[in-house]
This record gives sequence, structure tokens and C-alpha cells, in this order.
Amino acid sequence: MSTELTVSRIQGDPKFHQLVRQRDGLAWALSAIVCAIYFGFIMLIAFADDFLTQPVAAGSVIPVGLPLGVGVIIASIVLTGVYVYRANTTFDRLIHDIIQDASK
Amino acid sequence: MSAASFLGIAALVYTHGFYGLIFSVGWLVGWPVILFLIAERLRNLGRYTYADVASYRLRQGPVRTMAAIGALIVVIWYLIGQAVGAGQLLHTLVPQMTYRQSVVLVGVLIIIYVTFGGMKATTWVQIVKAGLLLGGATFIALGVMAHEGFSFEKLFSDAVRIHPQHMAIMKSVVPIGAKPNPIESISLGLTLMFGTAGLPHILMRFFTVTDAKAARKSVLYGTCFIGYFYILTFIIGFGAIVLVASNPAYLVDPATGIALKGGGNMPAVYLAHAIGGNLFLGFISAVAFATILAVVSGLTLAGASAISHDIYANVMMKGTATEAQEVRVSKIATVGLGIIAIILGIMFEKQNVAYIVALTFSIAACSNFPILVLAVFWRGLTTRGAVLGGYTGILGSVGLLIIGPTVWTKVLGMGPAIFPYDYPTFVVLPAALMVAWIASVTDRTAGADAERRAFEAQEIRSETGLGAEPAALL
Repeated sequence: MSTELTVSRIQGDPKFHQLVRQRDGLAWALSAIVCAIYFGFIMLIAFADDFLTQPVAAGSVIPVGLPLGVGVIIASIVLTGVYVYRANTTFDRLIHDIIQDASK
Repeated sequence: MSAASFLGIAALVYTHGFYGLIFSVGWLVGWPVILFLIAERLRNLGRYTYADVASYRLRQGPVRTMAAIGALIVVIWYLIGQAVGAGQLLHTLVPQMTYRQSVVLVGVLIIIYVTFGGMKATTWVQIVKAGLLLGGATFIALGVMAHEGFSFEKLFSDAVRIHPQHMAIMKSVVPIGAKPNPIESISLGLTLMFGTAGLPHILMRFFTVTDAKAARKSVLYGTCFIGYFYILTFIIGFGAIVLVASNPAYLVDPATGIALKGGGNMPAVYLAHAIGGNLFLGFISAVAFATILAVVSGLTLAGASAISHDIYANVMMKGTATEAQEVRVSKIATVGLGIIAIILGIMFEKQNVAYIVALTFSIAACSNFPILVLAVFWRGLTTRGAVLGGYTGILGSVGLLIIGPTVWTKVLGMGPAIFPYDYPTFVVLPAALMVAWIASVTDRTAGADAERRAFEAQEIRSETGLGAEPAALL
């Protein structure tokens, strides 16, 4: 069977479009969240350093930016986990179905 | 994750305090985005290097040459940081050897290691060394926290008391002494995040694992470890202020400041000594040194394969080169890269290695990253667009780095920098994207039309992995 035939079959497969929509939707949404968190942090550094460097509590030397920075790192790890979980359960099954349908 | 970033971030925190945290955060956030948007597609396409992906549906010759040059330049800059880190480490441990002799020895070791090693060895070596480094860093951080009664408040207030800049280390979001500069901060932010996606040797790692599930999991574990490691590094940097800066035995001259004997990148190494004595110092140094060698070998291999596989075998010989010829070119390239690393390592002696690595990231973020993203996501990209955009990124970022503050003023000593920003990413990244876009949409040749049509098949394959690894999927 030629690759072109398979390509056109997959293009006609509603499951393929479902996969593209779901996975790309999730991937772009998660990327947007990571970027929003990270560039939010960077924008605070660039334009609101007074806010970032104020102490977390009266009498403390720890600046607000420190827990925020650690928070950005932890948020990135958690979101990575979300994607890996979804991809390893839902998406892989869809891909499997699509390829099997197309190679029948 | 490299020992150079471990030494470099700890050193940045030691000197500039809070500012170092930006590097820890920025270097981590690139990973999730690579996984979400890029890694899986590249894997599905069955392409292993940036050059392979960029030339998937475009004309091999010009695109591959451009991509290989981009990869090579990134590798060379990256090598500088590692060579400086390893050179200072050796010089600190063996003061009888000068810094220059140390760097030369490091370069020679790299050449021998890569010529007789190979990819498999270096991948394994990387994993083992990374594990040991992580264990060692955990021990140092625990030592610091035990000394401070496991109180972060006490750690940071002691650091503020001991550091000659006192409260400035908590108040400054730029290097201490520099003026706050929003453009520089944003450019640094862009650089750290998108540079990771453009590093030639990092993309290759995703393919050494057999199936997609395992590959995704390994990225998750990797991200956890790196995040943990960067948080540790931050504790280590502040711990070094408390335990190293207060001990005159480690300082060049306690009367004038906290500059360290042996070089500015060594606070983590001295901290290991302060906490665990000579034995632990030896352990950390050996692990750090071995990790640097492993990273450098991986980089040198990536650079050598850009020369032998992309430029020599695919472009110059048009695929007719024998394997023996390719291997010979690769060995010559390894020796050449080793020599270049030695020369540049000597020139960059006084610079912080985290800075040097960040400059590398800015080249990757300006040249490799935009073309990679356009090749994968944008139907309209043509050969002309990729080549012109790619060269804009390479020449723009390297050119502005050379006339920027680090190279022009500090390394070459040519006086005030012509380009006032350390990181050119905020100018060159948009410029590279614009040039690639304009050059593509104005391309009306028949070849360009065929390249746009080929996007459909590429997209299906990049979404499903069709044809790339049927055995793993069915």
C-alpha cells in the first residue's frame, strides 16, 4: 500500500482530527500556561522589582520573588506531569486506532 | 543539566544573590514547552537532529548546511563554558598547574575521550555522573541547612549579614552594581527559555529511549531532577556566602572582598570542602570534572557529526562518502573542536560560566529555535525562508554578542560595547522570524509550492508517527 493512500485515508479519519484537536489543544494550552507564568515572573523582574524584592513578612530578609521563583519551577514540573499522564493514557490509544484503521 | 551550570549558578548567587535565581527558573521552563510542542513531533518524524528536521521537506543542501553551521556555533560557545569550568576546577585543585595548563589538559582529555569513546559510552556516562552530582549536591545542601538549623530565614539573614553588599543581594534583580534594565531582563528571559529548545545535543536525548511512553516519562523524571537540582544550587549559592565568604582561607584577599582563590566559578567547590573536608572535596571535584567531560564529549560529538554527517557526507559528497571517510572527518573535526575549546577557554578565563552558557543559549534561541518551530508548524516555510532566516539568526546573534559587553569589553578589552545589551535575543529572534516569513511568502518558484504541499504528509506523520516506528505502535 502506498504512503499517499494511507495519508489520504488518515486525513479522512475523524479520529485523526479528534486527536489533532485534543492533543494540540492540550499542548498549546499547557504551553500558554507555562509561558504566562514564566513571562509573568520575568515581567515582574523587568518592571516591578520593588514588588518582588519586598520581604515576605515584616522582619524577614526573604524577598517575595524567592518563593515565587521556586513556585514557577514547581508549576512547570506539575504541568509536565499533566501532559505526560494525558498523552500516555488517551492519545496513545487514539494514535494506535488511527494507524490500524488506515492500514486495513 | 551540566556541572558548568551547577558551578555557574552557585557562583552567580554567591556574587549577586537573588539574580542567580532567574537562571535557575529560566533554564527549567524550556523543558515542558519542548515536550508539549516539539519533542514528540520530532520523534514521530523519525528525525534525530535539528538539521534533519529542518531539511525534512526542504532542499537538503542549503538548509542542512545552514543548520549544521548553526549547530556548530552553538556547540563551540557551549564548549567555552565547560572548558572554563573544568580548567578552573583543575587549577583550584592542583595550584601547581597554571590555569592555561589546566585548560590545555582538559582539551586533550576531551579529544582522547571522544575519539575512543562514542555516543553509547557518553550517554551512559552522562546518566551515572548526573546521579552522582545530584547526590553530592543534596549532601552539600543538607550540610548547609544543618549548619543553619534547617531554617531558611537564618540561612538568608546570615548571608545578608556576611555578604559585603548586605541587603543588596536580596534587593537586586540585575547583577549587583548594574542599573535595572527591563529590556535586558526580558531578553534574558527569552534567551533562557527558548535557547533550551535550540540546543542541538538536547534534542538528540529524546530519541535514545525506545518507545514514546518511556520517552515522555523520562522527560518528566528529567524535569523533576533538574528542577530539584536548580533549587539545591540556589541553597548552595547562599550557603557558600555563609560558609565560604566568611573563611579567609578561601579568599584572595579578605580585606578587599569575597573574590575566591582559583577563580570566580568555584564557590560550590569550596563549600564542599567547608562541609565535608578534603575527602568530600575530592568526591565533588571528581564528579563535577567527570560530568563536565561527559557533557563536553556529547557536545563535541554533536559538533563533529554536524561537520562529518551534515556538511561533509550529505552536502559536500552528496551521500557518496563511505563510512570510513565519514569517521575520519569526524575524528579530524573532534581534534579541531578540542583545540578551539582550549583557545577560547583561555580567552574567557575570567567570565562566569553561567553567563557564557547563557550567551550560548541566546545563539540557539535566535538561530536554531525559530527555524525549527517554523519547519514543524508553518506550512508556508520554504527553503529560501529557512536559509535566510537561519543565517539572520546566526550572524545577528554572533555579531551582536561579539560587539556586546561580555566579549567586546571584558574579553577583548576594546572599551565600551557598541551593542549595549548582553543578550541580543530580543532583537535577533523577531528579526529571524520576520526574515524567514518574508523570504518564504515572496517565494513563488515551483519548488517552493512543492515544499508547501509536502507539509500535509509531514504533518500527519508528525502527529501520528506513521512510517516512523510502526513496530512500536502496532
